[in-house]
Amino acid sequence: MSRITFATVWFGGCSGCHMSLLDLDTWLLDLASMVELVYGPLADRKTFPDGVDLTLVEGAIANLEHLELAREIRRKTRVLVALGDCAVTGNVTALRNLAGDPSGLLQQIYLERGDPPLAVPEAPGIVPRLIERVTPLHAVVPVDHFLPGCPPSAPRIRATLEALLAGAEPPEIGRFG
Amino acid sequence: MAARTLTIDGRLVSARAGESILEAARDAGIHIPTLCYLEGLSEMGACRLCLVEVTGSNRLLPACLTPVSEGMEVHTATERLREHRRAIVELLFAERNHVCAVCVASGNCELQNLAIRVGMTHVRYDYLNPVCAVDISHPQFGIDHNRCVLCARCVRACDEVEGVHTWDIAGRGVNARVITDLGVPWGEAESCTSCGKCLLACPTGAIFRRGTSVAELERDPKRIALIVASRQERW
Amino acid sequence: MDLAELHATAERERARRKAIRVLCCTSSGCQASRSLELFHQLEAAVTATGQDEAVEVASVGCMGFCGQGPMVRVEPADLLFERVRPEQAAEIIAALAGEPCSVERGDPNHPFFARQVHVVRRNGGFIDPERIEEYIAAGGYEALYRVLHDFTPAEVIQEITRSGLRGRGGAGYPTGLKWATVAKSPGERKFVVCNGDEGDPGAFMDRSILESDPHLVLEGMAIAAYAVGAHEGYIFVRGEYPLAIQRLTRAINQARKLGLLGSQIFETAFDFKVEIRVGAGAFVCGEETALIASIEGRRSQPRPRPPYPAEKGLWGFPTLINNVETFANIAPIIEHGADWYASIGTEKSTGTKVFALTGKVRNTGLIEVPMGMTLREIVEDLGGGSPDGTPVKAVQTGGPSGGCIPARLFDTPVDYESLAAAGSIMGSGGMVVMDAHTSMVQIAQFYMAFCMDESCGKCVPCRVGTVQMYRLLSKVVAGAATPADLEQLEQLCRLVRETSLCGLGQSAPNPVLSTLRYFREEYEALLREEAAAGANGTP
Repeated sequence: MSRITFATVWFGGCSGCHMSLLDLDTWLLDLASMVELVYGPLADRKTFPDGVDLTLVEGAIANLEHLELAREIRRKTRVLVALGDCAVTGNVTALRNLAGDPSGLLQQIYLERGDPPLAVPEAPGIVPRLIERVTPLHAVVPVDHFLPGCPPSAPRIRATLEALLAGAEPPEIGRFG
Repeated sequence: MAARTLTIDGRLVSARAGESILEAARDAGIHIPTLCYLEGLSEMGACRLCLVEVTGSNRLLPACLTPVSEGMEVHTATERLREHRRAIVELLFAERNHVCAVCVASGNCELQNLAIRVGMTHVRYDYLNPVCAVDISHPQFGIDHNRCVLCARCVRACDEVEGVHTWDIAGRGVNARVITDLGVPWGEAESCTSCGKCLLACPTGAIFRRGTSVAELERDPKRIALIVASRQERW
Repeated sequence: MDLAELHATAERERARRKAIRVLCCTSSGCQASRSLELFHQLEAAVTATGQDEAVEVASVGCMGFCGQGPMVRVEPADLLFERVRPEQAAEIIAALAGEPCSVERGDPNHPFFARQVHVVRRNGGFIDPERIEEYIAAGGYEALYRVLHDFTPAEVIQEITRSGLRGRGGAGYPTGLKWATVAKSPGERKFVVCNGDEGDPGAFMDRSILESDPHLVLEGMAIAAYAVGAHEGYIFVRGEYPLAIQRLTRAINQARKLGLLGSQIFETAFDFKVEIRVGAGAFVCGEETALIASIEGRRSQPRPRPPYPAEKGLWGFPTLINNVETFANIAPIIEHGADWYASIGTEKSTGTKVFALTGKVRNTGLIEVPMGMTLREIVEDLGGGSPDGTPVKAVQTGGPSGGCIPARLFDTPVDYESLAAAGSIMGSGGMVVMDAHTSMVQIAQFYMAFCMDESCGKCVPCRVGTVQMYRLLSKVVAGAATPADLEQLEQLCRLVRETSLCGLGQSAPNPVLSTLRYFREEYEALLREEAAAGANGTP
């Protein structure tokens, strides 16, 4: 049986959703027999490959790199899943929207409240620029399935993956938070 | 008291005359989602989640405020109603900053439960992300406007059950806010008796007991109905 | 006060009048173009030329042709002067003595005037609204006298029912039926409320009536009170109408002094006292249950109906609520009879309707036309068509609750049913003409901004749905919306229309729906095709 290609992505989030995925412990060995991990924080690869069957995205869209990569991933992925509240709702990551313009926020953090005051980090091509407003993943690309939770519990992630791998509809309704 | 027979979702249900569709449905074990409704308080018909279809009426009717009538045919979960309910809950989530992950009421929140109940997988609308105040000027309680859904249950509990009317609403549209007295910080609201009924009535984490942390808020809104019923008891 | 005294008052007033009357409009519109100054200059010019014996200058209400104001009319010669500046006062007075005059002259036979039928505006521009004697000299308060002496309450209701009068606030509910319901509702107290919270952008019919002929409204209310068994009335006027409030206050005091309001009116057992309540600026107060809450001193938020105010209104008592224009129709109906009234207009929409004709049209102002007149007649004949030759594209009726009717449907007669069939409503009488340069999407956006700002915030779909619709419309206007956004806009229209608590929310999508229905191509031309954009995700 040929394994499907599988990717995970870490955008504006705390990595808790990936931790929850790792909490699947030994089932990860079963997963490994069904999928080939081709991209993500748990794989050593710089660019997102073509023709990925299933991608889980953790985190909200917070900077230009997220935005561009999200679009690229959508083009190259058959089934896209928003993993966890940051990807589904913006969650804590989106709380910075309340502070308005990101440049003001950076000023505040690095200059006004920096102790000692530092410079606002600016490294074109290395540190991606923050976008105006943090949004959920589905605000920038169409998403096929939503897996809420902060983080989604390991059993929920497993139930979703099992359903998707079996070609069935995942149990979509889950609790936020 | 006279009885009425009606059908709700095809089931024959008997109800007391004067009872609302919502009460009749709940007695019969048929769940209709609600948010601004709270047993023990006057009905307000504001959240629009309990809207139902009644054969012969081209308007959707709030189950909490529509009395049953003989032979009435009620549909509580048509495709149209389900779609509307989901949209209304999404609108609420988009309106303020409902971040369940950092909320005292997580796990004990009617809005959070509603999302599951109406099948809200995600919010299709733009998040408005308004800047909202948090008032912790009261020694025991706090109000976080980020989590308020303007159901006015606090307003009614305070007015109708405590008889004080510390709470009311100021402003219009999405700028409407619950206020204490004439818009003073809660801690300075002289009419407040600190009875905590608003805390009991609040469906979300908007009104909280100070010192509670994420998912720690415990409270039972049914106690409002208990207080009201106990007062009405006649021996 | 009895009938003989009433007639004597009228007689005294007629005897007082001088041979030549120079009538100067001092309604809000003309005042904004310095007509108050003009009025004083006219008086000064009369004195300066020693014509005090023969000429009087009177401050009168609205003549209707507001776009040409300030207006001055000279009687009995029936001369009309338009756009009169205070500096021209002397010239007008000199013209009375046959001197040449360069002041812009209006034509009293202009179709703008000639095609109108004046029922509620019959005194507008002819009498001084601050003097009750002038109203009485024009036959005022006779209808009230006749009703109190010759009619039983049931007969009054019957007469109003037979006239076919329908609510002029917009919804067109049969007035007689409403009165009958209030009359039959049990209650130890009853109230009559006049809704003068006119708030639609571009509408000023009620303001004009209140400013130009306040007694007509008071008389209508008193007749209504007699018919339904009420002894207390309130007029709710929006705070933005200071002149209307001032003139109404004066009118109420004058009527009370003459025994035409208050206790034992016309020496009968009928008592009726009226108070004014001034709105604080919320559009939603025009919704009757919100208006009631406001009068009671509570936050003005609508509540679900039933129960209707006819059953449970002010402080829980049966309450009759009618709009200003509806009450203004009552005395004329009593005077001339239901058959006369029913002979005006169409079978189902009888009588006349006042419209505020504004926008991209040559003649703007207030018009009162028989129901059933087509939009084309109103826009082209009365309105004179486009001011600069740009083709007229549509007419908006009904304000933020109404819709846009395209030029190809201009043969639609203006009656309740036809306008509804065309996707708009009669509404309270705003009529805004739009030409080819008008973006219909921006029009929809404008009205949505209005509804969003005016939503009271009680029910979720109206409170948040209007904001989301406004954002989507703004996205379309900015050229940033996708087809999925348009789909979401339509979904929200359905939601807000079907689930909102009161008329404000239920009708808030109308401007969007009607422009989508007739001008969808304008929306689509602004859309951005981008497959990659999720437009807030999969539906």
